[in-house]
Amino acid sequence: MEDIFTVRENIHVTENVCRMTVTGAGAAGHRPGQFINIKLPGCFLRRPISVCDAGSDYITLYYKTVGTGTDIMSRMAPGDEINALTHLGNGFDLNVREGKGSVSPLLVGGGVGCPPLYFLAKELTSAGVQPKVLIGFNSPAEVILENEFKQLEVSTQTVTSGFVTDSDMFTHGDYDYIYTCGPLPMLKAVYDKSTCKGQYSFEERMGCGFGACMGCSVKTNSGYKRICKDGPVLLKEDIIWPV
Amino acid sequence: MACVTDKKTPGRSDTGLRTGLGTRLRVELCGLTLDNPVIPASGCFGYGKEFAELYDINILGSFSFKGTTKEPRFGNDTPRIAEAPSGMLNSVGLQNPGIEHVISHELPEMKRYFTKKVIANISGFSEYEYAYCAEKLDKEDQIGIIEVNVSCPNVHGGGMSFGTDPSSAAKVTRAVKSVTSKPVFIKLSPNVSDITEIARACEDAGADGLSLINTLLGMRIDLNKKRPVLANRFGGFSGPAVFPVALRMVYQTASAVKIPIIGMGGISKAEDVIEMMLAGASAVQVGCANLTDPYVCRDIIRDLPAVMDRYNIKNLKDVIGGAI
Repeated sequence: MEDIFTVRENIHVTENVCRMTVTGAGAAGHRPGQFINIKLPGCFLRRPISVCDAGSDYITLYYKTVGTGTDIMSRMAPGDEINALTHLGNGFDLNVREGKGSVSPLLVGGGVGCPPLYFLAKELTSAGVQPKVLIGFNSPAEVILENEFKQLEVSTQTVTSGFVTDSDMFTHGDYDYIYTCGPLPMLKAVYDKSTCKGQYSFEERMGCGFGACMGCSVKTNSGYKRICKDGPVLLKEDIIWPV
Repeated sequence: MACVTDKKTPGRSDTGLRTGLGTRLRVELCGLTLDNPVIPASGCFGYGKEFAELYDINILGSFSFKGTTKEPRFGNDTPRIAEAPSGMLNSVGLQNPGIEHVISHELPEMKRYFTKKVIANISGFSEYEYAYCAEKLDKEDQIGIIEVNVSCPNVHGGGMSFGTDPSSAAKVTRAVKSVTSKPVFIKLSPNVSDITEIARACEDAGADGLSLINTLLGMRIDLNKKRPVLANRFGGFSGPAVFPVALRMVYQTASAVKIPIIGMGGISKAEDVIEMMLAGASAVQVGCANLTDPYVCRDIIRDLPAVMDRYNIKNLKDVIGGAI
């Protein structure tokens, strides 16, 4: 679970969002929706960051610079090393079957909630499932991953004003299952305005990131769940608002 | 900028730690022999399961399980965690599945990955609730020590209020002692003007030992929201920043009582263990260091012999109270 990685690339892709790719043997085996928890010099707590893509020897992360930890991350250079706890969280369940067979999923992402959905889209397409992708941002300048999604040859709609839940793809799209990750108000809107089942990925301040401290517990219809260990992905039917 | 830690090799075998250290680290605690004095602290180790997946936790002296109450508790709203320089605040609020579930589910499961005696940490909102839990645990062979938390800062109308008043702390001590023959340690709050007064009251009431310190009451405020970070506003501050405070309180308490002390507060390396024992602790607990570095207790146990050699310490038990 604990591994050392080497930074290969760390660049700003928008004013406040960076992409970091790290290399190391501990990259192998990550699932979409999982995160890693990074130790940073000068920070007591680790920083949990969702995996945007991973292979046998690399992990790609997108993170927004919002405070001390992510500022420190943004100043790291290729060759720097990071210590991370890996393979954290349950991740998305890709093997969803409803009734007669596999589902037609819609992936709904908001802001830096989009990266784990890229990994999911990639895994779904390689498993022969063609998801539709709906991603939303506050402004055109904040768009990330649009080209990467398109390179997967999945139907992608990008929203840069208004709500993703008002878009055609959401209101009239041909889908019967939702995977979503993004800010709480967006998750709530998706929950309220969709009729199908789905998996929702949540964020919470964490102490440990691996289930020991109960710092990120939420009440669900299946009992108390730790966002870090039993989540971050919750089934729609388990969610109790406010999360 | 690099963040390199060279001290850990994930996946390395722990068997050497179990068998190769002989008796140099051995300590006694109320008739219980611990292979070493390193005990993960309550609330930072769950019921051990998450750590047993990472290393063989039987290398530990023992561990203190998640604070347990008579009834199941969800605890406080989130956010429950805030960061501070060299430490963190938590306001978990004693989330636990309740004593019946712990006895029927957690203890049997724990038996599969931890074969030593465990420390049962209990909390309550009345003397009756403390005694209720202690009486149930008295029948359990797996329990070596009952640690009575009279110092949780995150629960209103309970917890800490027992630990900040000598007569209340004494009453809880007597209530628990009257229903169990297991050693009873009272876990004390640092949020008092004179910890030795409470310590003596517990000793006089029959406590077999003391655990100190619990977390220090603190808070953080979010500059963007201009509101407290923690939903509960206040939380317990722990981490390396509190180590000097904990050390001072252990030193003062060890000078004031005859019963053994488990020292804790900010311990994160082998040197801290020795320092805490020199201040009078017979064993130590490691708290939030487990959260940022899940392998920390394994590494402390591994590092202790070399650090003892460096300071000409033959047996760890010989240093207990050495600085007093």
